[in-house]
Amino acid sequence: MATVTTSKKSCTVNPLKMSQPIGSALAFMGVKNCMPLFHGSQGCTSFGLVLFVRHFKEAIPLQTTAMSEVATVLGGFENVEQAIITIAKRQKPSIIGISSTGVTETKGDDVEGYLKLVRDRHPELDHIALVYVSTPDFKDAFQDGWAKTVTRMVDQLVTETPADAPRERDRINVLPGAHLTPGDIDELRDILEGFGLEAVVLPDLSGSLDGHVPDDFTPTTLGGISLDEIAAMGSACHTLAIGEQMQPAAEAMEQRTGVPFTLFDRLTGLEVNDRLIALLAELSGRPVPNKIKRQRSQLVDAMLDGHFHFGGKKIAIGAEPDLLWTLSQWITEMGSEVVGAVTTTASPLLEQVPAAEVLIGDLEDLEARARGCDLLMTHSHGRQAAERLAIPFYRIGIPMFDRLGAAHQTIVGYRGTRNLIFEIANMFMADGHEPQPDTWALPENTEHVGETALAAG
Amino acid sequence: MSSLSSKVQEVFNEPGCGKNQGKSEKERKKGCTKQLQPGGAAGGCAFDGAKIALQPVTDVAHLVHGPIACEGNSWDNRGSKSSGSNLWRTSFTTDINETDVVFGGEKRLYKSVKEIIDKYDPPAVFVYQTCVPAMIGDDIEAVCKAASKKFGKPVIPINSPGFVGPKNLGNKLAGEAILDHVIGTEEPEYTTPYDINIIGEYNLSGELWQVKPLLDELGIRILCCISGDAKYHDLASSHRAKAAMMVCSKSMINIARKMEERYDIPFFEGSFYGIEDTSEALREIARLLIERGAPAELMDRTDALIAREEARAWAGIEHYKQRLAGKKVLLITGGVKSWSVVAALQEAGLEVVGTSVKKSTKEDKERIKEIMGEDAHMIDDMSPREMYKLLKDAKADIMLSGGRSQFIALKAKMPWLDINQERHHAYMGYVGMVALVKEIDKALSNPVWQQVRLRAPWEEQTWEEVADAAIAAEAAALAADPARKAEKRRATTVCQCAGVARGTIEDAIVAGGLTTVEAVSEQTQAGTGCGSCIGKLDKILQTQDHWNPEAVAAAAQSQQAA
Repeated sequence: MATVTTSKKSCTVNPLKMSQPIGSALAFMGVKNCMPLFHGSQGCTSFGLVLFVRHFKEAIPLQTTAMSEVATVLGGFENVEQAIITIAKRQKPSIIGISSTGVTETKGDDVEGYLKLVRDRHPELDHIALVYVSTPDFKDAFQDGWAKTVTRMVDQLVTETPADAPRERDRINVLPGAHLTPGDIDELRDILEGFGLEAVVLPDLSGSLDGHVPDDFTPTTLGGISLDEIAAMGSACHTLAIGEQMQPAAEAMEQRTGVPFTLFDRLTGLEVNDRLIALLAELSGRPVPNKIKRQRSQLVDAMLDGHFHFGGKKIAIGAEPDLLWTLSQWITEMGSEVVGAVTTTASPLLEQVPAAEVLIGDLEDLEARARGCDLLMTHSHGRQAAERLAIPFYRIGIPMFDRLGAAHQTIVGYRGTRNLIFEIANMFMADGHEPQPDTWALPENTEHVGETALAAG
Repeated sequence: MSSLSSKVQEVFNEPGCGKNQGKSEKERKKGCTKQLQPGGAAGGCAFDGAKIALQPVTDVAHLVHGPIACEGNSWDNRGSKSSGSNLWRTSFTTDINETDVVFGGEKRLYKSVKEIIDKYDPPAVFVYQTCVPAMIGDDIEAVCKAASKKFGKPVIPINSPGFVGPKNLGNKLAGEAILDHVIGTEEPEYTTPYDINIIGEYNLSGELWQVKPLLDELGIRILCCISGDAKYHDLASSHRAKAAMMVCSKSMINIARKMEERYDIPFFEGSFYGIEDTSEALREIARLLIERGAPAELMDRTDALIAREEARAWAGIEHYKQRLAGKKVLLITGGVKSWSVVAALQEAGLEVVGTSVKKSTKEDKERIKEIMGEDAHMIDDMSPREMYKLLKDAKADIMLSGGRSQFIALKAKMPWLDINQERHHAYMGYVGMVALVKEIDKALSNPVWQQVRLRAPWEEQTWEEVADAAIAAEAAALAADPARKAEKRRATTVCQCAGVARGTIEDAIVAGGLTTVEAVSEQTQAGTGCGSCIGKLDKILQTQDHWNPEAVAAAAQSQQAA
């Protein structure tokens, strides 16, 4: 049980947090032929765009209503209208996903009203879905923007279905949280396919931002879930929601379509995956495939081999609530102790994080708590702290701009958990200090002998 | 905000700026009221520009007053290098919340400055304004003044909220801020007749250090580089330099010009990209210093150093020159690099087949023309497929561009080299030129290109064949159907800023009998933004007999009849 505190500082130093609108935009990027659009000044878009380009190393579709000072004061209807028309003409998307920003929220632009007006004035745009999400920068964080956007898409794009409608037994909805990578989604799909189940994933970054060479040029998203597939989600037999943040979206789905859901607060670790596999076996009525059985056995072996290295290690983690939850739970199960936990926004899970304290704060706070730790886990911006502290640094979360393969970092399922164990254990092993001639020197020769002798075992 | 809008006006009246000089009185008055195209705009905002311009000042705390988006989404993303403090890489933001938006964020800002001074004790704090606090009326100038008085430290307001305009405007507003509040506020420990400023150089990838040894050898001291690897004290005492070199042609012209006006520091515009440009720049520095009283023998030493270093660079390039001869480079970049890189590449025997002039000023373009001849194939705004087509038609062997277009090149499976700010290699001075050529050779000769272009065993066609077929089909369809061809021609956007299609311009010319670019601009708004399409407008006017043969013939007839 953790005490949840909020930093009392006026000045955020080395932010951990990223803004809500870009979480929203990322969710839209998991929809096929979509153009995400920020209602704000062009800098709001440019910063988000550059961040994603550096993380995914892909071209990123993201547009702006390019609000000027004057337009901001007078209201942005013309800009929203113009932007939609321009995008419809140039990129020809099936859906435009609009997220507000700090600028337009401060002014109080009524975007819902604008969109009604645009619909009235432009029947020629009827074939394009327009989804709007309110995401002021000065409130909440990245994963909130993602979660709100998915909920909004469920409300607006999924066809309503009566609760007793016939269901397709082999179709499962998956609502992944913002902390799942394209690689995680691929892994999940693979697991479901083992049971003969088809995964319909909203949003599906595995098709759009998994880093592939596309067959043709496209100015919108390269792949992802199509509008038709979203509309038909009501005919699935079950919904899997991954991460606490997805609870509202899963509830919205159930309310709209009667599809029951199961929420997994994480999918990294042995026991949670046992629950997933049991559920899938039950839903599909099929035996657990041999492949999965072997993967489980491999994970158990990895845990056995790995626990020597994890035991007693002190860990500092900076991540959004659901990722913090996943990592802290899992690494505690491996025998390590979470001594520093910093996150970005409120979540009902924070109190249960296995640490004395969870701080809603920044990387300066994390750096202070990571002193003397054996491992720092956070996104790439932790690199300066890790360097100063001279401790191993595992990059996880968005942004990861100074390493390749961010999209394929996979930590879900038996296999993902196994790989994570190996990666981290190897970092611990690489950090092990070779004994030196003076490691076991007598007390008069060195003042640190007590520590070093202990460390060297 | 009245002081901000007058600052913006001032920047737009900048007499040293070629672009603004080219504008009429009326146009200049309009300043940046030009509306960016909603849904069709890309690029950073004025805050971004201001931050980019000043962030390389290494020992200063850069505090961003705004919601998390402005700083949280963008920090530590520049490759400037520091020889001293790394405080500039520590990110500070007030991360204002809903309560601040309602009750005002000035108090939080003041407290933030205090916390920074208590914890980090920097020589100065730079406070950057953003859109939301500007909207709710936070007066950062007043807060900075109060904090400065209270804490006895310079707290400098950089008033450049995102929505006042594009990145380039932000560069200049940042320049104004340091002219007003920083430059001339301290004195150097000593001065020499060899003190210069370098303006508009950000020391990306440590490039400045490729040139600094040359200056060191000549005894020339960089009093301050604005702003790469600068310390606050250097910046504050930079008004004692004898001469200045302005490196980036757009971003900081106002600093160079106003320092000439206020402190009598003559400047020239030059480049350290390319061998000849570097030599030229060194000679120019020596010339200006001698004019300001340095001994004339400086020029002899400069010439000797140039001769020695040029020979060394040519020897370094010689090895690659043969391998690269006849190879064609497609250059897609903006601003200063367009012309400086063109010169550099030609020195290595490469042929430049195109360059984008998206962000280049009129002067830049003139220079490109001068270097490449009148036939320069300038590409304003290439679509990905056009880009592929150009590369594919064997017109180009390699593409050089900034970070964002790389994905098109890589997906088109084309050798590509990054030459914009996010790049990891340094290409300045003589050694940098050799490094650039080496990198091009490395990219071109990498066997991976043959590998990745192989067809998968289960595919009937390669991806390129599919694209080629689509391009060919499109061309054939257009050729067979003059109406569609005309339609496509008319649909092309000529003016990106105002979003004016060619058809609108043609119609206005025909309907109004327009004969001048000014008249076209007045009628259609085309060319009223950045002005980079003026040449195109002129060409449309000149070639009316091509796209509107009937009208021209009729006009000729009626003239004869009269």
